[in-house]
Amino acid sequence: MTQQTTQPAHDVNLLYTDVEDSLRDTVRDLLTARCTPDKVVAVYDGGRSLQPQLWRALTVDLGLAGLLVPEDRGGAGATAREAALVLEELGRFVAPVPFLTSSVLATAAVLATDDDDLLAAVAAGDGTAALVVPLSMSAMSFAAAVRATDGRLQGRVTSVAGALEADLLLVPVATDGGVELHAVDAASATVEPVVSLDMTRRLADVDLTGAASTIIAPAGRGDAAVREALTVGAALLASEQLGVAQWCLDSTLAYLKDRRQFGRVVGGFQALKHRLADLYVSVESARAAARYAAATAADHDPDREVAASLAQAYCADVAVRAAEECVQLHGGIGMTWEHPAHLYLKRAKADQIALGTPGAHRRRLSELVDLPAVPA
Amino acid sequence: MSEEEIRADLKARVADLLATHDPASTDPLDFLRARFAAGLAWVHFPEGLGGLGLPRTFQGYVDQLLVAAGAPDNDPRRNGIGLGMAAPTILAFGTDEQKHRFLPPLWTGEEVWCQLFSEPGAGSDLAAVGTRADRDGDGWVVNGQKVWTSAAHKARWAILLARTDPAVPKHAGLTYFVCDMTDPGVDVRPLRQITGEAEFNEVFLSDVRIPDAHRLGPEGEGWKVANATLMSERVAIGGNAAPREGGMAGVVASTWRERPELRTPELHDRLMSLWTEAEVARLTGQRLRQKLAVGAPGPEGSAMKLTFARLAQQLSGLEVELLGEDGLRYGDWTMVRPDLVEFTGRDAGYRYLRAKGNSIEGGTSEILRNIVAERVLGLPAEARADKDIAWKDLPR
Repeated sequence: MTQQTTQPAHDVNLLYTDVEDSLRDTVRDLLTARCTPDKVVAVYDGGRSLQPQLWRALTVDLGLAGLLVPEDRGGAGATAREAALVLEELGRFVAPVPFLTSSVLATAAVLATDDDDLLAAVAAGDGTAALVVPLSMSAMSFAAAVRATDGRLQGRVTSVAGALEADLLLVPVATDGGVELHAVDAASATVEPVVSLDMTRRLADVDLTGAASTIIAPAGRGDAAVREALTVGAALLASEQLGVAQWCLDSTLAYLKDRRQFGRVVGGFQALKHRLADLYVSVESARAAARYAAATAADHDPDREVAASLAQAYCADVAVRAAEECVQLHGGIGMTWEHPAHLYLKRAKADQIALGTPGAHRRRLSELVDLPAVPA
Repeated sequence: MSEEEIRADLKARVADLLATHDPASTDPLDFLRARFAAGLAWVHFPEGLGGLGLPRTFQGYVDQLLVAAGAPDNDPRRNGIGLGMAAPTILAFGTDEQKHRFLPPLWTGEEVWCQLFSEPGAGSDLAAVGTRADRDGDGWVVNGQKVWTSAAHKARWAILLARTDPAVPKHAGLTYFVCDMTDPGVDVRPLRQITGEAEFNEVFLSDVRIPDAHRLGPEGEGWKVANATLMSERVAIGGNAAPREGGMAGVVASTWRERPELRTPELHDRLMSLWTEAEVARLTGQRLRQKLAVGAPGPEGSAMKLTFARLAQQLSGLEVELLGEDGLRYGDWTMVRPDLVEFTGRDAGYRYLRAKGNSIEGGTSEILRNIVAERVLGLPAEARADKDIAWKDLPR
């Protein structure tokens, strides 16, 4: 007997709507003006001038911090589709802002609690929040590293993204009854910056020992809240990866149409044409996967977990390949600090590990679609 | 009309058709003719030619209603060339007389079509075809050899690309015809493939007569007409709507589920990589169809075909390996002439061998990469040493 796998519920719209296109234009205009490669690369040498202003412009001026919050909980009526689109643009500019960590991961975690005051603060962009888990953690591998004793937290979480920018930390806390989610004032924790592969999303080691906290999700709900956040995060990270890949394709294409060697435009050499054709096919495929993940997340579609893991299993590697091709096909200039290609390579490679590797997501997919692994 | 109004209108038309032609008591061919007359054959075709001039997206709705009512269909797989390639080309370039003569029996399946394009000396370089069509009174006389012609042994008509002027460069000297496959000068011989069977044919054309009324498009513009056909073909090959696991991925997945003793960790890694790619390809096809819902097929179809060809080959190759000892066995090497190219009802070895054709037929993957690079990405075209030379003077 042939078993059937799960089927997608309906013919979801994988195109960009007019509203989404106009949001894209707005975000792109802002980033074109303010998030220039010279400013982005400066963060590797400790430059801090870009981030606070750019983040403020996105959250306060454009009001993008609360896109994931539904209307009935004080949001503006946007969905994960629009949040994905913003991430696509942020990826295209490797923008060093905590949108993924605060407006997606932390917001999705708070959404899964009943704390509407906290939700309103995060959504309005008044505060910046971070979910205190290693960036490499996935919904599949999630475990809380912090414990609570006598009302005080104890423990340290390494490689946390977005903690440096956050004023509010959301900390999963292991208790005998299950995982609780606690809110902690960032000032009461020790947040130690880490020299990171991708300095445009700089990590920190967070020591919570002795910090006071408030429980926002009790044992029994905290675990689900964190896993939900990590799943939504994985789904939408695919759009960031798409944006990274798209920039790499576009800039490589532009360069190969301009660069001349042997008396001709090098983009006319068939070896390079075929590589770019393959890359284009991969990027268009990544777009379909990323849009499907965003659309199913927006609709709370029963297929959304499959979609999230599918998108991560595919798009993470496409972004890395696009960035690697970008460096290679630019030749010598692609290896320099001066050319922005390295910013995308570092982001793509870090994103490949973020929220679960492609291998981990394929493993998860195999469980979800009933293609069991061989028992160890 | 709004989408709802169109659907309501279509529902009423289907109801009328079913009321006057009860599928249970109507001869299937009569039913299909009536369906064509009602404009419900292909709704995106014009009125009077089997359609209603609607966006092609509404066809699925009509098909669904008719299937639910137990209506017979035209078994589209038996006339893939006719429906997928000849029909859109006739619609775009045919005269009114040609459209009304050819389209109704094509759609009902009464007349099967084949394609006389490729030649032994003109594969990827299709514009180099050497089959000659020479003026003779109010008609043409055709001589030459064609190859890779599926369904030639069953076809009533063929779309034919032939050289009418050898003294001009290759693209300029071509004309597109409809060729009568019952002409005594048409000799069809089976071409046996690596699977053992003969799905294709070689077709020898000796003094085949074609009336000028069967010329499709102007003399010398055959290349333009052929390109419209080829774009339709690539969309047809790369872009069929499918459910999850609807293609080759589903076959391998079923084997994985049913035969736990075959599983190894290494095969599981490869299975999941390919399953992921196949599902993403399915979504990419869905996205492309949403994009093309209204409008002509573009070069993006070439991109889809590249992906589907590669995945079919990798998945079928994985399946043979997964089967282990059973993968060493083969169903049947007997030379037969299959009615349909049906991947799922066959053994893994057949699928593996047949899938080799996927990256060759309808444009090799190498040519398709050129098309994507040049027409989608705007990269420089390949050098063409032959473009300003009269066809007859080309080195060969």
